[in-house]
Amino acid sequence: MSSTLTPVRSKRSALTKGQLPKFAPYVVLAAALIVGAAILGVIGFNAFGWGIVSAILFTIGLVGWSAIAEGSRKAKDKLATCLVVGSFLIALLPLISVIWTVLVNGIPGLIAPGFLTSSMNGVTGVYDNRAVEEGAPVIGGIYHALIGTVQITLVATLISVPVGLLTAIYLVEYGNDGRLARAITFFVDVMTGIPSIVAGLFAAAFFFAVVGPGTKTGAVAAVALSVLMIPVVVRSSEEMLKIVPNELREAAYALGVRKWRTIIKVVIPTAISGIASGVTLAIARVIGETAPILVTAGFATSINNNVFGGWMASLPTFIYTQILNPTSPANPDPSSQRAWGAALVLIILVMILNLGARLIARVFAPKTGR
Amino acid sequence: MSKRIDVKDLNVYYGDFLAVEDVSINIEAKSVTAFIGPSGCGKSTFLRTLNRMHEVLPGARVEGEVLLDGDNLYGPGVDPVTVRSQIGMVFQRPNPFPTMSIRDNVLAGVKLNNKKISKGEADALVESSLQGANLWNEVKDRLEKPGSGLSGGQQQRLCIARAIAVEPQVILMDEPCSALDPISTLAIEDLINELKDQYTVVIVTHNMQQAARVSDKTAFFNIAGTGKPGKLIEFGNTQNIFSNPTQKATEDYVSGRFG
Repeated sequence: MSSTLTPVRSKRSALTKGQLPKFAPYVVLAAALIVGAAILGVIGFNAFGWGIVSAILFTIGLVGWSAIAEGSRKAKDKLATCLVVGSFLIALLPLISVIWTVLVNGIPGLIAPGFLTSSMNGVTGVYDNRAVEEGAPVIGGIYHALIGTVQITLVATLISVPVGLLTAIYLVEYGNDGRLARAITFFVDVMTGIPSIVAGLFAAAFFFAVVGPGTKTGAVAAVALSVLMIPVVVRSSEEMLKIVPNELREAAYALGVRKWRTIIKVVIPTAISGIASGVTLAIARVIGETAPILVTAGFATSINNNVFGGWMASLPTFIYTQILNPTSPANPDPSSQRAWGAALVLIILVMILNLGARLIARVFAPKTGR
Repeated sequence: MSKRIDVKDLNVYYGDFLAVEDVSINIEAKSVTAFIGPSGCGKSTFLRTLNRMHEVLPGARVEGEVLLDGDNLYGPGVDPVTVRSQIGMVFQRPNPFPTMSIRDNVLAGVKLNNKKISKGEADALVESSLQGANLWNEVKDRLEKPGSGLSGGQQQRLCIARAIAVEPQVILMDEPCSALDPISTLAIEDLINELKDQYTVVIVTHNMQQAARVSDKTAFFNIAGTGKPGKLIEFGNTQNIFSNPTQKATEDYVSGRFG
């Protein structure tokens, strides 16, 4: 009788009975890796297959053990966890693989002397042959392409942001879901799906008709890119303006503030962080466009600082031509090294833009401190 | 600095739907008038017609007259912005501008309209408005902090300070305490009592005790059923409405028999 009153402390609490020990996943993982290696050893080892087989074995092992020791509910939970984590790893795989490949191939190009500060002007196959055959440094760089990308993207942004933001303001604040607003929304959605080469052809044809045949400048490319950017800016700004609480608009109206002032001083400042990051992401989206730039800005090997005159290079077109038409057809390696270097620079640019978007969002976000 | 409001035969519509039917009411200057009634009876809708906030909603319109000291708010050529700068409004949920500091929130009515104001005048206006809203002592050391960092009750008083900073004739309050705790509610009620020395105050409330505590006159609105328009059932001195109502519906409502 008295024994039921004196608590008998076993090692494990009654409340945690029937659970797998904490180390269970690690044990199963180790076993799965070993068994996986053994299986792969029989049919020929490779790392990718080892990962897949081990993952499957791990899932089966853990879920099976859990089903025996813990019951079906916990086993289902473990299975779901394995699937979620597995999907996450699969999603991450290409990303890491891309970054790794670009880093490995791009760093030699990036650290080559004068890569960021010189153009391809005067760099001929002779130099590339010498670099391969005699071990001379690879010369030639992406300065002209960098200038082109930055200028074209900047002009495209200057065109797209006012047009896109004003369209979004019309849709949210003045459109009242009327016929015009619905038509604009429809065409913006259609524009979102325009293939980028079509946008390039449109800009080229437009300038051929207006300025004259054969007009290929950075500005034409900027127009082509803004055709791609505007719908993205409209959609993201529209979403951001929509989530500004109506109460803030009413609060401003109730103070006797006019509608356009309310929009400029209350609605846009409240939404500005979202709008800014939307714009940055739109820039990141078009900065890597190749086809529309090839047909609108042509391709240049020398520095051109004038967006409104002459052919212009950009990083994507630089990569494209270096791979497709190596400077020295006999020895394409220096060209591909430059292309990978340019790809790395492009990825870094996009990454900086994304970080910039987060920074902008944080700086402009409505403050909640006490 | 306060004006009376006279409403004559006002019908309020949302599109084709008649939301409030045939209201005539006289609201005295420098008094507190409470609107009570069950949910959906149109008291908030009616309140919003008093400073033309109703028409902000798509399809909303009114028929009839609202006279502010004899001038019809809905007369031809009347700019709703002028109306709203004379008749301020405080909303159900505190809505300080999240991008602005406490000080800028108080000055919002001035700054958003781009009126020039010297720093000294601005400081004086901020202090007098916040003192008018009984908030000065609590926030005077952190005027540059964001308004959204205040408690709910403080935010609501900040919104009242913002409303009185534009020096309106009338202040409309749409259930200003429904999102607040009893202590904050008490602070707002005390404030309403002080405000009536200078302003005409109209308050919508679900809380009958609150109406009895703060108002001089009470209007009872009711609705015959879903889809029917709301109507003004009875309007009179608060004491009469609560102790000696003439209408059966009013008596049932204030005695808690329905609603």
